[in-house]
Amino acid sequence: MSSALVFYFLAGTALTLSAVKSRDKTISALKKSWKAFLHILPQFVGIILTVGIMLALLSPEVISSLIGDASGFLGVLGASVIGAVTLIPGFIAFPTAALLLQSGAGLMQIAAFISSLMMVGIMTLPVEMEYFGRKASIIRNCAAYLFSLAAAVIIGMVVS
Amino acid sequence: MKGKKLLFPALVIVVYIILAAADLQLFRSAANITWYGTLEMLSVLPPIFILLGLMDVWVPKAVMVRYMGPDSGLRGIATAFFIGSAAAGPLYGAFPVASVLMKKGASFFNILVFIGAWSTTKIPMFLFELQALGAPFALTRLAVNIPGIIIIAKLISSMISQGYIDEIYQKAKLR
Repeated sequence: MSSALVFYFLAGTALTLSAVKSRDKTISALKKSWKAFLHILPQFVGIILTVGIMLALLSPEVISSLIGDASGFLGVLGASVIGAVTLIPGFIAFPTAALLLQSGAGLMQIAAFISSLMMVGIMTLPVEMEYFGRKASIIRNCAAYLFSLAAAVIIGMVVS
Repeated sequence: MKGKKLLFPALVIVVYIILAAADLQLFRSAANITWYGTLEMLSVLPPIFILLGLMDVWVPKAVMVRYMGPDSGLRGIATAFFIGSAAAGPLYGAFPVASVLMKKGASFFNILVFIGAWSTTKIPMFLFELQALGAPFALTRLAVNIPGIIIIAKLISSMISQGYIDEIYQKAKLR
């Protein structure tokens, strides 16, 4: 949460400087901010509502039963799929991952989960396509998914 | 376009209504999580959008082209990494920012590096990871991710035609 505060401070400072330099430009900047926000708002609402249902279904118990200690490569695949389709804020994801590790989930599985969670966004694909088009978005997500599997294997080999 | 955009949230709201009738317990916990998601969005996004608007108005195109344009080389990659890693907030916050970068003439490759950095090498998140999963885990992941982001960006740029890039840049200009 403190990182959000840093950003408020930054934005506040920049806004003040801008207002001192030119009132008109600042107003036009804020109009652009608002327009960009409204443009994307319906999709944000849809995403947040969907994430609510998904996380309600995927409790930590369900996740850890899927990617438990002896789940092997299938567990890595499962973990990466869960990471790809969910959207969990980092300040929840990392403590959850630490908890899962303690309760016996494999390191490679956790690495797959974290990597694909952060890089692959199936839920946010509609937003991404809006800005990057269909083809580039699909390629990015597929490439990021394969990469997160590779990253998991490397992390599993290096750390342990 | 307008109607199509509202379809997605409208569909999910219908699912919620069905859920409330079928499984009240599940509905409650989903609504609860949604509430936290909303709070997170409202707390993280306003400064991002304010900075995005200010960047749009104040950063001259020539400066953006110099730092992140097609001929910016290593400096472009470093700038993309820096902006992306210094960010806060979920990945979906990065796309409107990328749109402003397109408008200002940043190269497609550098924008992809920026997206990659925002998704996975954010400094605030790295500190969280360090604390929760330990230095060996976090540092190994970082060391793997930096080349990974560049490789993915190169791969996408090589598979996308110039015409396609021009088209999405044109759309960014109109936004």
